[in-house]
Amino acid sequence: MLSYTIYKMRLSQLKVGEKGTVKEFTDLEMSVKLMEMGCLPGEEIKVERIAPMGDPIAVNVAGYQLSLRKREASTIILQ
Amino acid sequence: MKADIRVALVGNPNTGKSTLFNVLTGLNQKIGNFPGVTVDKKVGYSSLPDGRTAEIVDLPGTYSLYPKSRDESIVFSVLADKANELSPDLVVIILDATNLKRNLLLYTQVADLKIPVIIALNMMDMAKKADIDIDVNGFAEKLGVPVVPISARKNEGIVQLKQAIAFANKVALQQDSIDIESIAPQLIGRIRQDIHIDNDYFALQLAHQHETLTFLSKEQSDHIEELEKEYSFHSQKAQGAETIARYNFINDLLYDTVTQKITAEDETLSNRIDKVLTHKVFGFIIFFAILMFIFQSIFAWSKYPMELISDGFTWTQTALHHYLPVGPLTNLLSDGIVAGLSGVMVFIPQITILFAFISILEDTGYMSRVTFMMDKIMRKVGLNGKSVVPLIGGFACAVPSIMSTRTIENWKDRMITIMVTPLVTCSARLPVYTLLISLVVPNKNVWWIFNMQGLALTAMYLFSLVSAVVVAWVMKHVLRARERGYFIMELPVYRMPRWKNVAHTMYDRAKTFVIQAGKVIIAVSVILWVLASFGPGRQMDNIEQKYKQPQFAALKKAAPDSVQRMIASEKLENSYAGMLGHVIEPVIKPLGFDWKIGIALITSFAAREVFVGTMATMYSVNGDAEKMESVQQKMGNARNPQTGEPVFTLAVAMSLMMFYAFAMQCASTVAVVYRETKNWRWPVAQFAYMTVLAYLASFITYHILK
Repeated sequence: MLSYTIYKMRLSQLKVGEKGTVKEFTDLEMSVKLMEMGCLPGEEIKVERIAPMGDPIAVNVAGYQLSLRKREASTIILQ
Repeated sequence: MKADIRVALVGNPNTGKSTLFNVLTGLNQKIGNFPGVTVDKKVGYSSLPDGRTAEIVDLPGTYSLYPKSRDESIVFSVLADKANELSPDLVVIILDATNLKRNLLLYTQVADLKIPVIIALNMMDMAKKADIDIDVNGFAEKLGVPVVPISARKNEGIVQLKQAIAFANKVALQQDSIDIESIAPQLIGRIRQDIHIDNDYFALQLAHQHETLTFLSKEQSDHIEELEKEYSFHSQKAQGAETIARYNFINDLLYDTVTQKITAEDETLSNRIDKVLTHKVFGFIIFFAILMFIFQSIFAWSKYPMELISDGFTWTQTALHHYLPVGPLTNLLSDGIVAGLSGVMVFIPQITILFAFISILEDTGYMSRVTFMMDKIMRKVGLNGKSVVPLIGGFACAVPSIMSTRTIENWKDRMITIMVTPLVTCSARLPVYTLLISLVVPNKNVWWIFNMQGLALTAMYLFSLVSAVVVAWVMKHVLRARERGYFIMELPVYRMPRWKNVAHTMYDRAKTFVIQAGKVIIAVSVILWVLASFGPGRQMDNIEQKYKQPQFAALKKAAPDSVQRMIASEKLENSYAGMLGHVIEPVIKPLGFDWKIGIALITSFAAREVFVGTMATMYSVNGDAEKMESVQQKMGNARNPQTGEPVFTLAVAMSLMMFYAFAMQCASTVAVVYRETKNWRWPVAQFAYMTVLAYLASFITYHILK
């Protein structure tokens, strides 16, 4: 049987300089923290830089810079 | 001081809240502790234009009333609980004009508690530069609260803010932001009714936070829990719905009142700085250069003031002995209390210098970049990006370093950092290591340029870092996390440090240390003084008598100093400390130590560097730094009376160094760990694990090298 998985773009997959729009979250607890920091569905988000060791990442959202770990960024689904 | 009105200062981190606090209160502040937590409670006084005095309470910076750390939970307790000793009449909420959207979330939450609010719109100058145009009047009208544009850094708008505080309404007039009732229908009404509160949002927050709030009784909390089950309340879902509703309100508000000219996406200055400071190669080079500079400065700049302080106290001790009548009371004052005080004060230079640097690094925004760069490496061993600075500061002194762990929000990461920081080779171990290394390591060069003694010392430093990392890694698996670790952190825009804030931090930290740690250190010093100066029965008098006998008269005339030293040495041997040295000899014998070393271990219990002084007394030489060589010679010549072998063999010296590398021989650190953790279990556990490690490491070292 074939199984179809709908491809979901996650924030953690963006490269430096790429943008996306937040669509939804995969982790309820994380989503609450992220939304408080202004990272809401519909907000545009841009990857500004990645830490020298490859993790965490720094993004621009809601007019300021936010840093979060890759694991946390992977809970953010983009449109 | 009596105040007419109490004002709470609330705001996001990095909004200039502490700058505003300092501007409003000047030096008229006092620092205490919020009951039960280690958060500094800063309270200050400000005179208002109408002659009244306002008491200003600076609450910890937070992004929301939903606390992410125990420190942040203070904010809700102080604001909402009318019975709280700090319950304010008015809230001044400080908003960063360049970052209004996220800042307004906290405003809408606080406003919904229906306490009178004033908005201080800070960084208006920066907003202008960024072409952000805010319709302040429209903003105030839509929210229903006074809005005062200010620039705390430039001291602009402060008079107007004080006026607004003076004229503030006694009742809350702010507009509602969201429909709170709809988030948890019925439940909110029931909580209001059953707990007797008159505010919807307070009731909703109780539903979320009742388990951790101390002002609720057990019955009340249990009752809320039952109600939640009855109405199937889901905390995180409700919080998510609330946050989305609040941001909808904020977006509408900003759409009507704020216009930002969309300039072409040119790179901000902050971004350009980040490209260098967080660069793969330069980022680390710059970071290590800064660390080396801090490390060197703590050593170099504190040397002179530290000598000045200890010389001052030595002078006081001598003066006391000279002018006061001879007797135990004078000795207690001079050798117990003043000596203990000296042990406290001598740390002030290192504390102030380290905190000056930390405060600059935090103020400029560089500290969050350090966390950003180091997080991945540090996380592997159970630490946090923010643990780097305390660990490196530990090379100078564990005391200020442990105080600086407050910047670590995650409880587990912070505890591990506190637990391992004293393992790092601090400056008090340096005299002990230099003495022991010079005894057993030849002063020769190997491979042309490397001095063997220098290599041995470097090895001890590296070894301490490795042991700290290993212990941290073990603790990562032992300690249970209280909260899920995450790393959602603002990277603030780079700014110039505010020198007044730096000065305030230096002063605050030094004062807290002297008052809090000082008590314990002086108590321990007095106990040690009693142990070292009194002995059982009339032994002490007998020694005095013995040296008064005629056969010593000639020697006294020829070399009065050496007789004095012989008396001191013999007295120490016969004191309670000396007895303890004999008592613990069976325990420390497997480590290669005799009772004389045992005495030094006991007297250096409160401060490691005392080891050298005790050795000097034990081997009857003058303990001055310049006479270091003579201590060395005497110790080198010391023979075991039974075997005739030298006492300080390579095995014994190395074993002693291992002991000092691990043992918690520092009363100041114990005191400061208690202060920072507010629980005796932590310093006790730390003391225990370090002593066990010290014993094992010494035992193994001695038996390998023997």
